[in-house]
Amino acid sequence: MEALKTSAPALPPGFSLRETRADGSQEYFLNMGPQHPSTHGVLKLVVRLDGETVVEVVPHLGFIHRAIEKMGENETFVQYIHLTDRMDYLSSHINNLGVCMAIEKAMGIGVPERGEYIRVLVSELQRIQSHLLWWGAFGMDLGAVSAFLYGFKEREKITQLFEELCGARLTMNFFRPGGSNADVPEGFIGKVKELLEEMKFSLDEFDTLISKNMIIRERCFGVGRLSRERAANYGCSGPVGRASGVDFDVRRDDPYSIYDRFKFEVPLGSNGDCLDRYLVRIAEMRQSVRILEQVVAAFPEGQYRSKEKASYKVPAGSYFSAVETARGMFGTYFVSDNSFKPYRVKSRSPNFSNLSALNEMAQGGKIADLVAILSTLDLIIPDIDR
Amino acid sequence: MSEETPKPDATPEVKPAEAKPAAPPPPPPVTYPRSAGVTMAAAPKASLSRFLGDAFGLFKGMNVTMRYFRKPSRIVTREYPENRGTLKMSERFRGQVVMPHDEKNEHTCTACTLCEKACPNGSISILTTKNLASKRVLGAFVYRLSSCTLCNLCIEACPFDAIRMGHGFEMATFTRDPLDLILNKTEGR
Amino acid sequence: MTEIPANNPVGDFLRANLPAPWAAIGNGLIAVAALAGLVTVTAIFLIWLERKVCAHFQARLGPTRVGPFGLLQPIADAIKLLMKENVKPRGVDALAYFLAPLLPITGSFLVLAVIPFGPTLQVVDLQAGVVYVVAVSGLGILGILIGGWGSNNKYSLLGSMRSGAQLFSYELSMVLCMLLIVMGSGTASLREIVLSQQGPFWHWWIIKMPLAGVAAFVLFMVSSTAELNRGPLDLSEAESELTGGFHTEYTGISFSMFFLAEFVNMFASAGLGATLFLGGFLPVQLGYAPVDHALAMLPGVCWFFAKTYSLIFLYMWFRWTFPRLRIDHLLSLEWKFLLPASMANMLLGATLVAFRWIIP
Repeated sequence: MEALKTSAPALPPGFSLRETRADGSQEYFLNMGPQHPSTHGVLKLVVRLDGETVVEVVPHLGFIHRAIEKMGENETFVQYIHLTDRMDYLSSHINNLGVCMAIEKAMGIGVPERGEYIRVLVSELQRIQSHLLWWGAFGMDLGAVSAFLYGFKEREKITQLFEELCGARLTMNFFRPGGSNADVPEGFIGKVKELLEEMKFSLDEFDTLISKNMIIRERCFGVGRLSRERAANYGCSGPVGRASGVDFDVRRDDPYSIYDRFKFEVPLGSNGDCLDRYLVRIAEMRQSVRILEQVVAAFPEGQYRSKEKASYKVPAGSYFSAVETARGMFGTYFVSDNSFKPYRVKSRSPNFSNLSALNEMAQGGKIADLVAILSTLDLIIPDIDR
Repeated sequence: MSEETPKPDATPEVKPAEAKPAAPPPPPPVTYPRSAGVTMAAAPKASLSRFLGDAFGLFKGMNVTMRYFRKPSRIVTREYPENRGTLKMSERFRGQVVMPHDEKNEHTCTACTLCEKACPNGSISILTTKNLASKRVLGAFVYRLSSCTLCNLCIEACPFDAIRMGHGFEMATFTRDPLDLILNKTEGR
Repeated sequence: MTEIPANNPVGDFLRANLPAPWAAIGNGLIAVAALAGLVTVTAIFLIWLERKVCAHFQARLGPTRVGPFGLLQPIADAIKLLMKENVKPRGVDALAYFLAPLLPITGSFLVLAVIPFGPTLQVVDLQAGVVYVVAVSGLGILGILIGGWGSNNKYSLLGSMRSGAQLFSYELSMVLCMLLIVMGSGTASLREIVLSQQGPFWHWWIIKMPLAGVAAFVLFMVSSTAELNRGPLDLSEAESELTGGFHTEYTGISFSMFFLAEFVNMFASAGLGATLFLGGFLPVQLGYAPVDHALAMLPGVCWFFAKTYSLIFLYMWFRWTFPRLRIDHLLSLEWKFLLPASMANMLLGATLVAFRWIIP
């Protein structure tokens, strides 16, 4: 039997294990990912551990980098829309909306009333759907496997609606400059109304199963704290920022589409811990239900799209739009040189900023805390790498 | 670097104070004291009644799972290969691109290549030929399913409704060759 | 208390027709074979049951493809696991790595030897049965520790160290709960403990010892869940944190040994719970003669299995409802709550026994 030849591996730059202590103990590295059940994709975390206590976490990115921004330079503005589906795949409708809004700003295209209502309707459905998946994954990360199935079961209803609406379940490519690809199918609004009623019931059930569970509260309260200042410095947005008290929601503070017509509240946390991030998302689902109720009550007749056009020659200049996805602010920045294709595309993805706070949050916690923090950050890895 | 240095000096001019109240903020600490800021303000006091309430909450959670266990009607599983016969995809479902042919085996494609231009990833190639009247007609509608993202742009671009999204979704093959499709059944019409 | 004969016809037959030493050997072999059969069948059935129950808790169907109701699914799984290559990763300590999977299953096998499945179905009735059970169940912990250490994997090591801390501490409160019953019944033999619960169901130790019995049962269920490494206390596996915990590196037959042991352990533990608290193989008696006679018609082994499986269902219910605890919460739960509680319960029980405040 050959003896294992071990030579001290060269440490990555910026890494050094502290000296062996007097009692002979030493810190060590643990590679979490790219294949790990709770990194939700191909995120690699190099964790420096002292026993089970996390000393430092360094995320390694780039495993699913596809150069979407560079690809955008070789595609027309309309063709670029479908690439944003592949960034944050749980907010694909909202990403599409961001791109469309940038094009609309550039071209001065208006959206008819019904088109705007469809946009809000679909965006909020997407937000609920994304949070439902997060809820299930959160339960599973913390060991409550049944929650995963319940979350997916509810999400499936919305996914089914999306399939009826645009024919796809994940990569939607539904919105277009000036409205959307198609009108809502017949009976869609009725189905949404039914769904909202079921949603209220399931949200109560979720509360009983997970939110009010003492084990969850023990594991989440005070874990992974992020102060308001630090959250703002890191650029955390969405539920992660709001749980820390960063009172910012694009829908309210820079209203796009027709969000200024609806009444809704932006839930805020005070502690910035995992429990707050959890509760903020649950509260957001209820607020989305509230918005949707107003939308379906006032859903107008009329055109769904202003004027169809296959491609747009965008005048020279730079254009930016921001939308609130399920994870935070998604910005799209186009530089155009008066042609059919953008000269430069840049996406501001919420997940990248949210991930950057991970090290600070996880330090001093246990491995189980790291998993809980990762879960409440609700990372979508393709959105980090793009 | 040298241009940067005057900046800290500029601040004392505005505030000619003694020590460093206006000093630049310190760099972020390397080790953030995780529990330093925990005030436990929102933490309910530990009490027997709270503990009992929490313990009762656990049983309520067990009741939720039991409700699912008791009611088999809430099972959402669909047994896929068996239900193939009754499986209905929704009207707008985006499967692979198909080209409908009528009973005379004719399609409405005029080989205008709008779809080819609309395709974001070059999945469509229109090969043209000339018919007996020397008119430019469709030779072969080459469709590469392997690079198609099912984005629907070609269907939107088509002015003649010559192609549409099919409802097929079982697209897996063992080799790459079957994924290069020619959608038109006849050549040169 | 009515005496129930402990001899069964098979044993009597051998004893009557063979010289004494050969009869003892023959009986021993038959017992071991029966127990081995029981272990296999139970494990396979429990794997199916776990999947089915879990599926129904989660609004799913569970296995349906192999055999009626998917009953043959575990057998298909077993074949798959046995056909797999038994991988030995580079750098493992071969002796520890291959020895470890055998220990947990051995431990649970040995526990089953003293559990009375029926009035005449018990391999051996030790006078110190409870002490023996506590002693041999420690083998399982040893297996997990050795396996985690021998795997040369940080996840495995973390998992096994967790389980070491967890299992040793939860053993304490579990033993205290068992001792309470020993105190009440005045014997450590499991058969005698069962026989001390004869009569209507309020003569079971869970009710017979007012308050202390129920408390001991709850504490026993919690600490045995931890002992079994089952959710919500499956810290040493902790799939979402440690990928697989102590069995991260194991495949094929080595993994299936761990897997098997988990289910046999659950059966043994639930059987112990039924024996100590729910009257073991004794039939449910409602205190109303005609019904009681009808209920007593069922053989003891059926009652034993019924009680055991209801406890197993409880374990499954816990597992598929609750999220996992964190390791420091888990340990503080034991040392700050369960252990003091079981000590206080012990004191209460001792008072009850001393003053004869036990349901006669």
